Amino acid sequence: MTIQTHPEPSSPGPTPTEAPNRVAAGLLDPTMLLTSLPDAARKLDPRVMFHNPVMFVVEIGAVLSTVTVLTGPSAFAWIVVIWLWLTVLFANLAEAVAEGRGKAQAATLRRAKTETVAHLLDGTEVPAPQLKVGDRVVVVAGQVIPGDGDVVEGVASVDESAITGESAPVIRESGGDRSSVTGGTKVLSDRIVVEITAKPGESFIDRMIALVEGASRQKTPNEIALNILLASLTIVFLAATATLQPFAVYAGAEQAVVVLVALLVCLIPTTIGALLSAIGIAGMDRLVQHNVLAMSGRAVEAAGDVDTLLLDKTGTITLGNRQAHELIPVGGGTAESLADAAQLSSLADETPEGRSIVVLTKRGYGLRERSDGELSRMSFVPFTAETRMSGVDLHDQGGDRQIRKGAASAVMKWVRDNGGHPTGEVGQTVDAIAASGGTPLVVAERAGGRARALGVIHLKDVVKSGMRERFDEMRRMGIRTVMITGDNPLTARAIAEEAGVDDFLAEATPEDKMALIRKEQEGGRLVAMTGDGTNDAPALAQADVGVAMNSGTSSAKEAGNMVDLDSNPTKLIEIVEIGKQLLITRGALTTFSIANDVAKYFAIIPAMFGGVYAGLDKLNVMRLDSPESAILSAVIFNALIILALVPLALRGVRYRPSSASEMLGRNLAIYGLGGIVAPFVGIKILDLLVSQIPGIG
Amino acid sequence: MSDTSAGLLQAGALIAALALCYRPLGGYMARALSSEHDLRVERVVYRLVGVDRKADQRWTVYAVSLLGFSLASVVLLYVLQRVQSGLPLSVGLAGVDPALAFNTAASFATNTNWQDYSGEATMGHLTQMAGLAVQNFVSAAVGIAVAVALLRGFTRSSTDRVGNFWVDLTRSVVRILLPLSIVAAVALILMGVVQNLSSGTDVTTLVGGHQTIPGGPAASQEAIKELGTNGGGFYNANSAHPFESPNPLSNFFENFLLLLIPVAFTRTFGILVGDKRQGYAVLAAMGVIWASLVVAVTALEVNLDGSALQAAGAAMEGKETRFGEWASAMFAVSTTGTSTGAVDSFHSSFSGVGGGLLIFNMGLGEVAPGGVGSGLYGILMLAILAVFVAGLMVGRTPEYLGKKITSREMKLVSLNVLTMPVVVLVGTAIAMSFTSTRASMLSGGTPHGLSEVLYAFTSATNNNGSAFAGLSANTTFYNVALGLCMLIGRFVPIVLVLALAGSLARQQSVPRTGGTLATHTPLFVGLLVGVTVIVAGLTFFPVLSLGPLAEGL
Repeated sequence: MTIQTHPEPSSPGPTPTEAPNRVAAGLLDPTMLLTSLPDAARKLDPRVMFHNPVMFVVEIGAVLSTVTVLTGPSAFAWIVVIWLWLTVLFANLAEAVAEGRGKAQAATLRRAKTETVAHLLDGTEVPAPQLKVGDRVVVVAGQVIPGDGDVVEGVASVDESAITGESAPVIRESGGDRSSVTGGTKVLSDRIVVEITAKPGESFIDRMIALVEGASRQKTPNEIALNILLASLTIVFLAATATLQPFAVYAGAEQAVVVLVALLVCLIPTTIGALLSAIGIAGMDRLVQHNVLAMSGRAVEAAGDVDTLLLDKTGTITLGNRQAHELIPVGGGTAESLADAAQLSSLADETPEGRSIVVLTKRGYGLRERSDGELSRMSFVPFTAETRMSGVDLHDQGGDRQIRKGAASAVMKWVRDNGGHPTGEVGQTVDAIAASGGTPLVVAERAGGRARALGVIHLKDVVKSGMRERFDEMRRMGIRTVMITGDNPLTARAIAEEAGVDDFLAEATPEDKMALIRKEQEGGRLVAMTGDGTNDAPALAQADVGVAMNSGTSSAKEAGNMVDLDSNPTKLIEIVEIGKQLLITRGALTTFSIANDVAKYFAIIPAMFGGVYAGLDKLNVMRLDSPESAILSAVIFNALIILALVPLALRGVRYRPSSASEMLGRNLAIYGLGGIVAPFVGIKILDLLVSQIPGIG
Repeated sequence: MSDTSAGLLQAGALIAALALCYRPLGGYMARALSSEHDLRVERVVYRLVGVDRKADQRWTVYAVSLLGFSLASVVLLYVLQRVQSGLPLSVGLAGVDPALAFNTAASFATNTNWQDYSGEATMGHLTQMAGLAVQNFVSAAVGIAVAVALLRGFTRSSTDRVGNFWVDLTRSVVRILLPLSIVAAVALILMGVVQNLSSGTDVTTLVGGHQTIPGGPAASQEAIKELGTNGGGFYNANSAHPFESPNPLSNFFENFLLLLIPVAFTRTFGILVGDKRQGYAVLAAMGVIWASLVVAVTALEVNLDGSALQAAGAAMEGKETRFGEWASAMFAVSTTGTSTGAVDSFHSSFSGVGGGLLIFNMGLGEVAPGGVGSGLYGILMLAILAVFVAGLMVGRTPEYLGKKITSREMKLVSLNVLTMPVVVLVGTAIAMSFTSTRASMLSGGTPHGLSEVLYAFTSATNNNGSAFAGLSANTTFYNVALGLCMLIGRFVPIVLVLALAGSLARQQSVPRTGGTLATHTPLFVGLLVGVTVIVAGLTFFPVLSLGPLAEGL
């Protein structure tokens, strides 16, 4: 992070691009279902299936049924067996489709990873894959950067579209927070020397490819917990089904193996079991679509849990630059003379603040640019950290005139040193501006040997539009927002109030930031932050979710667990939403899956035992046509619902920021009640169709 | 007064009496269990046992202490029964045979009190008092200890200590169970329950025959039988026996006693976790299930199908005329919902579906409101399950009472949730698979026969102890099988709960924020009831459909 200690030069913050307002939907291309079929079939391998306990049980059931059907075939049994296999296949298909979308992205990335030759500093040439950490390579315009590293010499414009998809070139220069370059990107102009920081095969692009392909995908903590629950439910239902046979024999209604398997498959949570990994892959995928790379799924889940968001003021809450808002003359001077002096002193000031002063004087006071003749008589005094002022010296016939603008204390000292006696009015104006959250710049001139203050320029931070609404949403979600700024507490408070954040940390140093993160974490809170500079690295590593800007240094990118390729700090909010959406999708489909069982019992139990105990036929509330058609309809429903929910699993459940209770109530109504009702309707409709099959109805 | 108004009045009085005791008893138990001070008698006990009462235990040590204590209890009970003929006060009864002695030892040490014997004809007074009655106290105290350890898991932070088993056990007995049962015993004696050490009174009946009327210390046993949700009767007929419960008042009082501690313990829970609303929420969930079942079972008993049955008052078969249908139904739901197992009517005589609901009530895992201590930790396990699913649906890693529910917690909860149903179903299936074991059924060949066996295994595994009647369970197979079910059904969940306590205590507490799912709202109560009923319903629906449902529909 760049800590601003004086108002003049603005930090070269990232250009804020307006991020999409909501978590975007990843649509499912129906043809992917077909093209993913071979992959789905390959996943039938038991060694692969073993990792998904629910579907593994289905596969074993399908094998068992197939064996029994071969010995005593019937049309009904065959159809059941076919649909059991289809259930397994659909589950694999869901995963294959999710992975397939990642593979397409990986292919694009691989193209960027073409073989390049690296030119070492000593003149030798080596193939890029043989570069070692610490090697220094020269890259000139038109060449591809051979590996990840930091620019140690020079400045260049770089085309990073291969990884960010953004075609506008970015500037990379040695020193500072814009020194990191990524292998596979192309230098467009100038010459830079890059020190390689990543081993071949572990570069950023390699990691990205692995991520989107799902090759390095490991189950996340929450996914593991859910899997445990699903596995134990499967065991319970396995026990319920397996022990049913002795009771059935006792009742005089021994059941065929294929019927018991059908019951088991209908009861165990196949819907969520089939879609669980697809949901996880799709969640990572959604982040990638937002141009965010998560280094682990764990980080994505943690994002959903975040309690405290640390947001840098500049670039995140406010537009990157302060802008001249108002000119306040002091000491009886006119606004026009102040505007004239302010404009003169800012003509050579290329900072955004300086430019905004020129714009204000032009708009508000009709001041034009000066002629070449005028300009030739001026010599500009650049800003230095020591003087904390900039200005202009005019050499006129009527004597020299000096104009200075800068931080109040520095300019006032200059006035006093040059024989002036500033009144208290200046101090009051300065304080008033600071209290309102603005930044005061004092303008003074010295003419005829005596210096005097002309007035104050009110520079104002412009809060991005829509931020207050965003923070209100965050509050409803239970997330506390803390603004981090180098400004003084007075200014910080004013901006914090205007933007609607819950808290702020003023005059923040990297150590303060680190201390704040620790304090929050000691209270059990999860903290998310963004950062780009080397001095952010420790805090990024300490935070539970650390989003590094792609424009930042490699040490920042190493320390964080996510990288935002767009370098847009506001995106932290979307990342939180994606994390939540991932968990909600899992929860919703789990609820739906379990709720489905109720209807299936009402279909299958009367079908199995209505013959021996006529009273049980009362449970056939759907009035299904025949026992065979009832069982078949339940099995087919169970398989088709997986296919029907693939788009939902990939897209994620619709997420609207609201309180926990509201969200629970809404999702329970949709996926809980809906999960109970939907199969009653679905099974009845299927029964109407299935009963038309000869030998079933 | 009509049956209906009498029934409604009793239900209202029961709820009012419990409500009256809720705050004072709940608060008292919270203070007793978390107090820093020891009573003199407690200090004597600690010195005798050699326990450093200040030494908090890790969950493993806590579990080992508990298991060791329970194993010693089983062995002691077994030996006591085997050699009772040589001991004083045996009232002439012989030693108990090995399988039955094992079954009874397991039964009383697990707070089940399943009785494959007729009390007055099998157990001498010393066995009853030094063996069974002692276990009635300590096995209930074990349940309280486990619950308190779990609560410490929730309230403590970043530690591996969950309390001291010996302290929790001693306090539960000395400060809670003993004083309450002394008061209750006196009240019962005043109501006419028998209390003596006689070896029976020989009387000549009106027709000139001879009959021995057994006496015994019934009232003192009766008090702890209900208060400790034990259920083991002094007499074979249990609370239907006029010496155990002579009149409607004593019946009402016993019903009140068996609900008292489990209900008030939710208050203790609320106080100990520092949020009384959590206690109300859990109580509400328990109450909703209890009340729904009381309404359903009563309705089924009162509105029996068929005019002939109605005219003959057939629904009264197996029920005491002193108590009637309403009080019997309420007692039956209370006793199956508290893991007590005391009965004032014969559950086998309930309507087909009504009997099925009693099995279902036990199959919920004894949580409405459950056994002493065990009801609370049972429902908290289900609450964690509910929180897990609900937490996902609000987009956060689920948390309950400030602790995150991670894969480690889910592993323990899942194992706990699956243990009971698997044991019940597998046990029942084995019993139904062999001609020899099927022969114990009274109603062999009918759905009612399956209900008898299913009831026995559900009752044993859930440590309820009530019997459906009809099943001749005093065979080697049933004695051993049911004994094992009781031991697994009691101690596997206890170890899992203690492991959970250890795991939770190690965690740092997370603060509540607006994003945290509130667990005291009606919405969550509804969800908890839903999870409890659906999980058990889905598990037991197939077998219930072939037993009670096939019979009743």
